[in-house]
Amino acid sequence: MTVMKPRTRRDFMRTAAMGAGAAAVSTVFPAISADADDAILVGGLHDLSGFIDFAGIPMNQIMLMAIEEINAQGGLLGREVKGVVYDPQSNMSLYSQYATQLALKDKVAVVMGGITSASRETIRPIFHRFKTLYFYNTLYEGGVCDRNEITLGTTPAQTVEQLVPHTMNLWGKKVYTIAADYNYGQITAAWVKRYVEQNGGEVLSTDFFPLDVTNFGPTISKIQEAKPDMVMSVLVGTGHLGFYNQWAAGGMKDEIPIASTTFGAAGAEIEIIKPEVANGIITCYGYYPQIDSPMNNAWVESVKKRYPDDTPFLTELSAFTWEGMMIWADAVRTAGSLDRMALIEVMESGKEYEFPSGRVTIDRKTHHAIRDVYVADLQDKQYVIKEKFSQVQPVDTQTVCDLEKDPNANKHYEISLN
Amino acid sequence: MDFALIVLIELLRAVAGLVLIAAGLAIIFGMMRVINIAHGEFLMLGGYTVVLTTKLGVNLWVAILVLAPLFVGVFGVIVERCIIQFLYNRLLDSILATWGLSLLIIGAVTVVFGNTVEGVATPLGGFAIGDYKMASYTLVLIFAAALILAAIFAGLKYTRFGLIARSTMQNPGMAEALGVNSKLVYMATFGIGAALTGLAGGLLAPIAGVVPSMGVYFIGQAFITVVTGGSAIVAGTLSASTMLGTLSQSVTFMSGPVFGDAALLLVALILLRLLPQGITGRIFSRSL
Repeated sequence: MTVMKPRTRRDFMRTAAMGAGAAAVSTVFPAISADADDAILVGGLHDLSGFIDFAGIPMNQIMLMAIEEINAQGGLLGREVKGVVYDPQSNMSLYSQYATQLALKDKVAVVMGGITSASRETIRPIFHRFKTLYFYNTLYEGGVCDRNEITLGTTPAQTVEQLVPHTMNLWGKKVYTIAADYNYGQITAAWVKRYVEQNGGEVLSTDFFPLDVTNFGPTISKIQEAKPDMVMSVLVGTGHLGFYNQWAAGGMKDEIPIASTTFGAAGAEIEIIKPEVANGIITCYGYYPQIDSPMNNAWVESVKKRYPDDTPFLTELSAFTWEGMMIWADAVRTAGSLDRMALIEVMESGKEYEFPSGRVTIDRKTHHAIRDVYVADLQDKQYVIKEKFSQVQPVDTQTVCDLEKDPNANKHYEISLN
Repeated sequence: MDFALIVLIELLRAVAGLVLIAAGLAIIFGMMRVINIAHGEFLMLGGYTVVLTTKLGVNLWVAILVLAPLFVGVFGVIVERCIIQFLYNRLLDSILATWGLSLLIIGAVTVVFGNTVEGVATPLGGFAIGDYKMASYTLVLIFAAALILAAIFAGLKYTRFGLIARSTMQNPGMAEALGVNSKLVYMATFGIGAALTGLAGGLLAPIAGVVPSMGVYFIGQAFITVVTGGSAIVAGTLSASTMLGTLSQSVTFMSGPVFGDAALLLVALILLRLLPQGITGRIFSRSL
């Protein structure tokens, strides 16, 4: 793979000037040591099978693509980069086993992975203890405080803060929240309530659903009784997908609009639920493939070129995995070493990275990303981006975590708003 | 008033939902004493049959009412011949084998079709009761559940095959002595149970997210219903579904789905404590 990918704004300008947005550039790269023993190892721990493999497979594909790009640019420190990929199969004991293996046996330089919060909290302490740099690239409920982890996904305060006023302006002030009954759903629903009230609105009711609920009839009746201006869906998982079909089947789709903090987050919902049911759902994420910037357009093309037949879903999850690899590679180049603390110091120094998703900075206090987020309307499996918010801070995690004061923190705070 | 009618329909729908997912299992477990852990995957196969064949242009109703039960029924017969027939009266072994089968089916479907296949939208649109709107398909589910129970009852009670099947389940040795090919009866009964499960999966496809792992959302409730119901297929399924469905749905209306789920488990727990043989072990014990 000899496609040179823009990595920083300057690189991008240079690439663009060469008239080579996504075209192959034949440049002579410094020779990479072919000695396999000398390779720098990057660990990948994504669910490649099991109930969320639709999220894990694209993340893994993009991680491998990023490794190829880094090697095409000459590797790092004159050495080749190699992926060490395990499939934890959505199984927490395999997660801890493979995490230990990556840290102690394979001695990888960095690990990308973990999807659910359960899997992250299984492996994060392991990497903390064994001093293995760790990137978590999935949107989640916020609250991780660990200097060893770089957290690139958005948190509720980043997305809900934008989604609520945007949709309230469109539709009205009365909101009915339906949420998955576990920590992500509970915490996100609390943020929804806070932002609705801050914007002068009212949450009529918040209903929680265990993940195995498939029949939403009673709730749909109750929503009709409450007559909200909009429904905020924080539903999670394939069991809850039935809600959207049942909602549309009763003709509610044209009556009360839906905003969601989760729909299409990993890409699968958009494929499984028919457009006639899903059209019009408004979401807010840190990445959409439809972001119209030359860099993103080139990146989307490069993904399609690398995976022409099995093009991965391009979502926050996969896009931020690529960002994680690029941030790490940049730190290695800048520090000129693989030393974990040296890399952490580079990454938390406030560097601004230009990525397909927009500008990204690592917040020194929380190691979470300060990034651009977007509000988009789903139409026929394509997002129409409605609004962009620049440089949004992970306010939720900032309220509980300060790594400058407590660099040895090793905790996942449950952010309580109640 | 309108809301009361809505609640009533939703209660019926909850009962119908349990009847649908449990009827096939009631035959396979209740009648044949085979624990089919892959029951949820049979439902999923029914759903996948609908999703994939409608994609190829087959009429949705043909897919739901004909193809889903047909395909899963045939699949059930193959499973019975290859695996289940060796496991009659070996309860624990059948659990292990069908658990393996369940994993195999999930894996195979994921590999062959992927786990993000575009689903089908719910047909028929909605109707209004006063200020409330409701999916017409809800009525289809209620009607289908009633029809399935009636068909099982009529089939067992008034057909010759029903008589032979009942006698074989009761005493296979005696039935064989009277010239019944019990192997064939077992195979056919398992196939019918599988076909009913496929039909249920097909019926659920338009209102659920059809993914390879969807079976896990139904298997628990299906087993709870069948075990609570006890040995009589029709009376057991109907009484257990009615009791569990109305109670959990009422609680859902009053306090939300978390408590609805809990209520279902609590009721099943109490019932099994009082009636360890299931509802029809004590009451209606002579019914079908």
